[in-house]
Amino acid sequence: MIVTSLKSRFILIGAMTLASAAALFPRTITERIKGADGVMRDTLIKQVPLKLGLDLQGGMHLGLELDQSKRISADPAKDIDLALTVMRKRIDEFGVTEPLIQKQGEDRIVVELAGIDDPARAKGIVQRSAFLEFRITDRTNALDKALPAMDRALARLGVKASAGGAAAAGTAVEALLQGDTTRKTPGDTTKAAAQDTTPVIGGALSSMLQAGSTAGYPLYPGEYLVEDGAVTRVDSLLNLSDVKALFPRKFDYRWAATPTVVNAKSYRMMYVLEQKPIVTGSNLVDAREDINQLTSAPVVSFELDRKGARDFGEGTARNVGNYMAIVLDDRVQGRPPVIEERIDRRGQITMSGKSFQEARDLALTLRAGALPVPLKIVEEFQVGASLGRDSISKGILAGVVGTLFVVAIMIGIYRMAGVLAVTALAFYVLFSLGALAMLGATLTLPGLAGLVLSVGIAVDANVLIFERIREELALGKTVRLSIDEGFRHAMNAIIDSNVTTVMTALFLFQFGTGPIKGFAVTLTIGIIASMVTAVFVTRTFFMLWLDKQPSMQTLSI
Amino acid sequence: MIRFFADANYDFIGARKYAYGVTAVLFALSLVALIGLRLNYSIEFTGGTLVRVKSTQEVDVARLRSALETQGITGPEITTIGSSGGYLIRARTAKAGSDADNTQVTAAAVGAALDQAVGPGKYVIEGSGAVGPKVASELKGKALSAILLSFLAVLGYLAIRFEWRFGLAAVAATAHDIILTIGFIALMRLEVSLVVVGAVLSMVGYSLNDTIIIFDRVRENLHKYKRDHFIDIINRSINETLPRSVLTHGTTLTTLTSLAIFGGEVIRPFALVMFFGVFTGTFSSIYIAGPVLIWVEQKWPGADARGVKPGARVAAPPATREPVGA
Repeated sequence: MIVTSLKSRFILIGAMTLASAAALFPRTITERIKGADGVMRDTLIKQVPLKLGLDLQGGMHLGLELDQSKRISADPAKDIDLALTVMRKRIDEFGVTEPLIQKQGEDRIVVELAGIDDPARAKGIVQRSAFLEFRITDRTNALDKALPAMDRALARLGVKASAGGAAAAGTAVEALLQGDTTRKTPGDTTKAAAQDTTPVIGGALSSMLQAGSTAGYPLYPGEYLVEDGAVTRVDSLLNLSDVKALFPRKFDYRWAATPTVVNAKSYRMMYVLEQKPIVTGSNLVDAREDINQLTSAPVVSFELDRKGARDFGEGTARNVGNYMAIVLDDRVQGRPPVIEERIDRRGQITMSGKSFQEARDLALTLRAGALPVPLKIVEEFQVGASLGRDSISKGILAGVVGTLFVVAIMIGIYRMAGVLAVTALAFYVLFSLGALAMLGATLTLPGLAGLVLSVGIAVDANVLIFERIREELALGKTVRLSIDEGFRHAMNAIIDSNVTTVMTALFLFQFGTGPIKGFAVTLTIGIIASMVTAVFVTRTFFMLWLDKQPSMQTLSI
Repeated sequence: MIRFFADANYDFIGARKYAYGVTAVLFALSLVALIGLRLNYSIEFTGGTLVRVKSTQEVDVARLRSALETQGITGPEITTIGSSGGYLIRARTAKAGSDADNTQVTAAAVGAALDQAVGPGKYVIEGSGAVGPKVASELKGKALSAILLSFLAVLGYLAIRFEWRFGLAAVAATAHDIILTIGFIALMRLEVSLVVVGAVLSMVGYSLNDTIIIFDRVRENLHKYKRDHFIDIINRSINETLPRSVLTHGTTLTTLTSLAIFGGEVIRPFALVMFFGVFTGTFSSIYIAGPVLIWVEQKWPGADARGVKPGARVAAPPATREPVGA
């Protein structure tokens, strides 16, 4: 070795020991932690600065790709970058310590959230498109007028009304009893007139769309109450190209976000809306969760930018007396309220029946902006915190037991030299962990196994050297010469064998995901550390030993 | 002083006929295991959903299975883990009619089936994973290329450090190890997961390491005993490195045993594969790498590693001890 004097060797070993110990020393760090009131605060905590993988501390890994099944992306490369920015903002506000959000390859976003307690909620925030629109509901009964033609088209295609489609006929009394007096007069009369023009009795589509009106629930123009079970069928019928062509121009339809229950039966509201929104979420500058003082329902109040405010003001002024649907991710939120007067910059989305938490999540996603195209989860791993803790304790137990046996074997066979090797092994463990902390590498469960395994392999270099020394001694060489020769001759084998192992580890690193990458890193660090300790540290011990007993005739090896 | 196998002088290479027999039998076994049992890939490679559940009470596995089937998941696999109430559920096929690349539908279906069979709130999901088919096939390609590339890189390194003959012999030994290990994985019905692929690659590194230690001795002895027959040099080198082999394998097997017993379900397959790898690696270093080196040396005689001229050593091997290719 280059460093020859005993003193400089000790200084070097001391420096490495100090550096490793300093890197591993528990330190106080600032971490944003959510308080009991749900607000993120900078909190001081004390911890050993070893980064643990998701599999050890619990957490969630998500692989996301653009979901083009509903909305085709015009420029996927641009959209994925945009989605990445939105995702960063959202996760930032969601409040997770050291989240990982990065692009993987060309078309994937990887999100890793450590130590989260509510994976479903996190997934909701990640996946929500948060595409917000304000649209006016149709008051002209355009769909009613088009229904007969649609039914005829369906009849031509051989589609018949499913049995029981219009079975739930309510009585007029029920209709009266449930009349909603707080709202303006529903267009019952116009609706009835429209029905009179229906020539196909029990047409495939009309029978399903009008099930609600016979259920005795007051409906406004442009509103349809559909039995929950019929929703997918209505959707698929309306999307048949022959039917789609007959849908009133400048309008389309959206389903309600939540079901409506009438007479203990679950229905879903369908709204016919103007195609062009008066304003969208892209003009939003702020959104805050709040509580409505009167109804104590959670609300999200929002603020629009100047252009948004102008559009919104003009749109609402033009539509006073009309109903305005708040459409979030293609679902209508609540029943569209009537526009009573011109609304400008500020507005409010009432979230009746939802928790304050949900209002907060909505405000958060609205603030962070909408995803250009919805995302789908193509890969997901979740580890509970308790399973992670369990893995750590198991890994440590395996490590301690394995190391104890290795120590016993080494001392049993090599005596004093074995003691030196075992002492070097302690340095090896310290250096490996220190290097992991210094490099900011992540310790994963396979990595922990790699560390335990490398304790077994780490002694290999010492075994090679000691066996070589024994051979030299057997040839009748002096103790001092045998040690020198032993170290020198073993070097080639040690270097060649370790280089190949590092090479395989590098390939492992290149292909692997999180846990396996951790394994490759730990293995590589372990091999380098074992070479340093087995060759340099043990050598220094031998030198010290010879120094103390210069006239040593036999070696305890 | 305790010395194992000091001054050993076993005729390893002389006994290689028997070793070929053992290799043939093991190869046949591996082949049978591979064809008969097939490899059991984890969802990381096949795509699908994996849920690790801890239930407060024992669950009727048949009932859970039928609940999963009702939810539209065909052929779910259910295994018990750990103490009572621990289950691993694997759904390799996506919920019928859903976009297989969107993993959420299937995960939701598994949740619904658990609510139905175990009862909501009576179980805890300790961990879960879901992988779409696209990600899975990507990973399969990456794993394969990692193994092949590391192969090439090692061959290249050995060619530079030793000589191409040594590299070829070492790679032949490694190929032998990989085939037998895959056979072992099939025979033990171990799940081929990322961790197991990691174990196979580590095993490759370990086995190469072992071969290199012997080759390093061969290289040295070729300089030392210029007059000796090549076979004798290999035999001598194996014997000289025997104490080291026994000890290092001993300590490695000790840590692996500890990992297999105490390390938990995720680590156990890793430890088992490596454990097997230590044996096949040792065997192949002696009985595959050695004989291949001898065979290559006879087929293409030339300057030995580090420019030692072959001289009389290779020219005429005694017929009595040369049943090459037996």
